[in-house]
Amino acid sequence: MAKEILRMENITKIYDNGFVANKDVTFWLHEGEILALAGENGAGKTTLMKVLFGLEKPQTGRVLLNGEDANIKNTLDAIGKGIGMVHQHFMQVPSLTVAENVLLGIEPMKNGLFDFDKAVEMTREVSEKYNFHVDPLARICDLSVGQKQKVEIMKVLIKGAKIIIMDEPTAVLTPQETDELFEQLLRLRDDGHSFIFISHKLEEVKRICSRITVLRRGHCLGSYDLSDMSEADISRLMVGRDVVLQFEKEDPTPGDPIVKVRDLVKINADGKRVLDGLSFNIRAGEVIGIAGVEGNGQSELSDVLSGMDGFASGTVELNGQSIEGKSVFEIRQQGMSLIPEDRMIHGAAGDMSICDNIISDRYFKPGYKKGMFINKKYIENIADEYIKEYQIACDNKKQAVRYLSGGNIQKVVVAREFTTGGNFIIANQPTRGIDVGAAELIRKAIVRKSREEGTATLLISADLNEVLGCSDKLFVMRKGKIVAVFPKASEVSEAELGEYMLGLKTMTEKEMEGLL
Amino acid sequence: MFTLEWIGNFGFSVLRLSTPLIYAGLAAVISAKAGMMNMALEGMMLVAALAGVVVSGMTGNLWIGLAAAILFGVITGGVIAFASISGKTDLYLTCIATNLAAAGGTVFAMYLLTGEKATTSAAIRAYTIPSITIPVIDKIPVIGPMISGHNLLTYVAFFSIWAVWFFLKRTRLGLRLRAVGENPTAASSVGISVKNIGYISFLLSGVLCGLAGAFMSMGWVSFFMKGMINGRGYIGLSASNIASANPAGAGIVAVFFGFTDALATSLKSGSSFPSEFIEMIPYASTMLAVVVIGIIRTNKARKVAKGGH
Repeated sequence: MAKEILRMENITKIYDNGFVANKDVTFWLHEGEILALAGENGAGKTTLMKVLFGLEKPQTGRVLLNGEDANIKNTLDAIGKGIGMVHQHFMQVPSLTVAENVLLGIEPMKNGLFDFDKAVEMTREVSEKYNFHVDPLARICDLSVGQKQKVEIMKVLIKGAKIIIMDEPTAVLTPQETDELFEQLLRLRDDGHSFIFISHKLEEVKRICSRITVLRRGHCLGSYDLSDMSEADISRLMVGRDVVLQFEKEDPTPGDPIVKVRDLVKINADGKRVLDGLSFNIRAGEVIGIAGVEGNGQSELSDVLSGMDGFASGTVELNGQSIEGKSVFEIRQQGMSLIPEDRMIHGAAGDMSICDNIISDRYFKPGYKKGMFINKKYIENIADEYIKEYQIACDNKKQAVRYLSGGNIQKVVVAREFTTGGNFIIANQPTRGIDVGAAELIRKAIVRKSREEGTATLLISADLNEVLGCSDKLFVMRKGKIVAVFPKASEVSEAELGEYMLGLKTMTEKEMEGLL
Repeated sequence: MFTLEWIGNFGFSVLRLSTPLIYAGLAAVISAKAGMMNMALEGMMLVAALAGVVVSGMTGNLWIGLAAAILFGVITGGVIAFASISGKTDLYLTCIATNLAAAGGTVFAMYLLTGEKATTSAAIRAYTIPSITIPVIDKIPVIGPMISGHNLLTYVAFFSIWAVWFFLKRTRLGLRLRAVGENPTAASSVGISVKNIGYISFLLSGVLCGLAGAFMSMGWVSFFMKGMINGRGYIGLSASNIASANPAGAGIVAVFFGFTDALATSLKSGSSFPSEFIEMIPYASTMLAVVVIGIIRTNKARKVAKGGH
């Protein structure tokens, strides 16, 4: 048995706002092994790694390095103790060369000046030793994403790291780059380095890790030997509902298609196809849920359909008219309403009152104006009405939205978007981070609106309870594609859903035919 | 009109008029490389110009005056850095406030010290930084009169282009400064203090503005005059912007603006065209250059964005 070089014991981290990110988590790492740390978004992986890297202080628990209490004070301390972190978002300076980036902060000096030649030589040494094949003289901005990642690993190695945290390293890589990365990780492992590999791609975990530690909602569900586990076992551990919420709703009576999407492609700044040929309809009176591990194109889909961002090819029709090249305002006039992913950035203006937030999409419409001025009385009346209807807890309608709780801010957003007169609603993570009561109210409102007014709804959510409970039809998105369609969301088991979300299964086009 | 002598003189005046613009451009380059836009060049230069004249007049020593100009440039830079980095005020507002305070404050200080409100020419003894005749070169026709006989600070300005390049490219501090300017999170993740770098960039900016101010009041003319910087700080800022904060590029653009300035001056003397219109040339060409470069850059960015498909 290899030596245990790291142990995190009984780590509990509660954030100031009362959110329990880690509860009594214990795991360990052997020398020369690659350990997978898996769990859904919000499961507490990032927090746990922040504790290890000295970025967060836990309430209880301790970190042992080589059996001794490490007492990591800050990031520099962690680096000094041989811990390195390869961030998902690279910490690099694009216009500088590879060598300069690798040695930034620990620059070699000669005669009081930065010794560039020495830096190049040191970088070349590491690059050759571990077969990275990165030119030390190249500029970061000219490198591919895969090469940038190698630079990031080199930065960690040159500082002498023995334990390396890799935060979803393959999320940005092509399959070929992933293969190459894995070869390097295995080589480094054989060289005595140990890795904590954060990922929710099961096939990758299976390929290079020997053990897996699974987190769910801040709790550790245990560490397992991967040789004893099937992919289905892991999927069941990772994707699961703690409590199954029962949701009463009538069957839908779908009408004509309101939204028609055909062959929609969106390419991001890195040249990756984040939406890869999507085609589907959303019909009046139905709620379409989109499930998927975050970062598989859901946010991009919401951005494209709402006009916040453009797309490369394909067509999107809303109520019979294309939305291509139109502004958010124009698309809203065409019948779209949007509950955006981040309510404080795109949903509400924090310093403005409830009243002002409610009229922000309609102040120009007749009835809201009285001559040149806004019709204050009318607006205050409808604000009172919404506050009552949506049970918005506030001091009064003039209160700045910022001072409300998250759930109540979201209710303000929902109240506005549901009364704007559109017949297509995009609800992107409508209940993220809000209390159970508010979430319940918003979910009910989504379903009621589709049943009573025949609204077409697109519900994007990371909360399985929510997508399974509220949706009529369910799509699963992975890598910018729809990989599964379930005509009746209520009949899907989460185990089955997990297998599609995590890429163990994919429906063929034939299976999905006629369902989209 | 276009005799060899005229060409020589014209070239001389291009280099002379470029001098303050080069300093201002380089000062802007250093701030820009550290990720900040230093709009207070104007005010920093103005303060330095007055400090140079007053201190050299008081001490009777030219070099102490020059040192004072630099010191006051640095102090002004330090005040801005303290306010915006430690005090977390808005950088742009702080810079605008500095410019306004300098415009009024220099006149106020001048009035307190001399009783004059427009210029110190009558009240303070003039000291000018010496001009230098370059042996041999000054005998060459056309070139000689063009590049020989300039004020010492003009030569220092051209040397500074190289010095700033060397600092940014070859020293550890320069490397760290560029890293902070481009990606502060990456820089701080390897233990570089973003705050310290911010301070350093403003102090260095202050040194260059100090030299520019000293040139204006102790070289260009030999007295301080109300509002004598006359927008040169802003032109320097545009030079840095057009050159994407590259020191050599900013130097070239500064010389181009110096050229338009010289052109305006020489046209004014030789034509009946309204002089107000001609005086507009340097500023109009600055604006034009910024717009043209802006269009070129947007088109490039648009091409990159469309490159995906």
